[in-house]
Amino acid sequence: MKTRVYVTLKNGVLDPQGKAIHHALEGLGFSGVNDVRAGKLIELDLEEGVSEEDVDSMCRKLLANTVIENYRIER
Amino acid sequence: MRSAVIVFPGSNCDRDMAVALEQVSGVKPVMVWHREAELPQGLDLIVVPGGFSYGDYLRSGAMAANSPIMRAVKDAADRGASVLGICNGFQILTETGLLPGALMRNAGISFVCRDVNLKVENSQSAFTSRYEEGEEIVIPVAHHDGNYTADPDTIERLEGEGRIAFRYSREVNGSERDIAGIINEGGNVLGMMPHPERMIEPAHGRTDGRRLFEGLVEALG
Repeated sequence: MKTRVYVTLKNGVLDPQGKAIHHALEGLGFSGVNDVRAGKLIELDLEEGVSEEDVDSMCRKLLANTVIENYRIER
Repeated sequence: MRSAVIVFPGSNCDRDMAVALEQVSGVKPVMVWHREAELPQGLDLIVVPGGFSYGDYLRSGAMAANSPIMRAVKDAADRGASVLGICNGFQILTETGLLPGALMRNAGISFVCRDVNLKVENSQSAFTSRYEEGEEIVIPVAHHDGNYTADPDTIERLEGEGRIAFRYSREVNGSERDIAGIINEGGNVLGMMPHPERMIEPAHGRTDGRRLFEGLVEALG
């Protein structure tokens, strides 16, 4: 079973990569982009029986650094 | 002073660190591979060196923080052993939770590789006793993820408890309060982005990093 984990920087945490992407988009002439935030998508192929709690624990222990990042699990 | 240097796949400052430790202490450090689950007995100092452990996959220091040897380093630190983390070593120590906060991508995006001026904020620790408080020293940095951040309460606690060891004299990477190095609550763990091991002999241009190791030899025997 495929589960997706989205890891994003917390609100208020400066995202220099997002800023650079924003700048590059403006350089290409795209207007109307207010802000860009870059994150990560991690796809897990899980066996039956792996619980939501297990995935949550994976996120807290390794996949996200909760000092600076939020995560969202999509099953 | 009996010391060990932890070596991960992708470490690249481990040998410079070994040379610095041997030159200043007169004793060759033990090099410990990341797969080991135990540290040698009787160590006074454990160094987590700079580099790009595990290719910086996921986040700088995230994979190394979960390697077998880091569990042993964490146990040793909890028992009071001195631990020094330089650059990637600092990132690894924050990822293991031995030090608070996190090191993010430099605010200016660019990799920063040059000598920087540092202000010594605390000269009371075993790591900084050979410096004067308020003294300005020059130590090189070479990093992409050196932008120190922590929640406001943590920053205030670090400030209030004198746990900021070094501060950049001028903005380098966007770090909160220009923090370049911090000490843990017990005073036995220091993490810093600049590389003192790269400034220990006259051929390096300056010897400002040498006193950090001299202080450790004095404190740890």
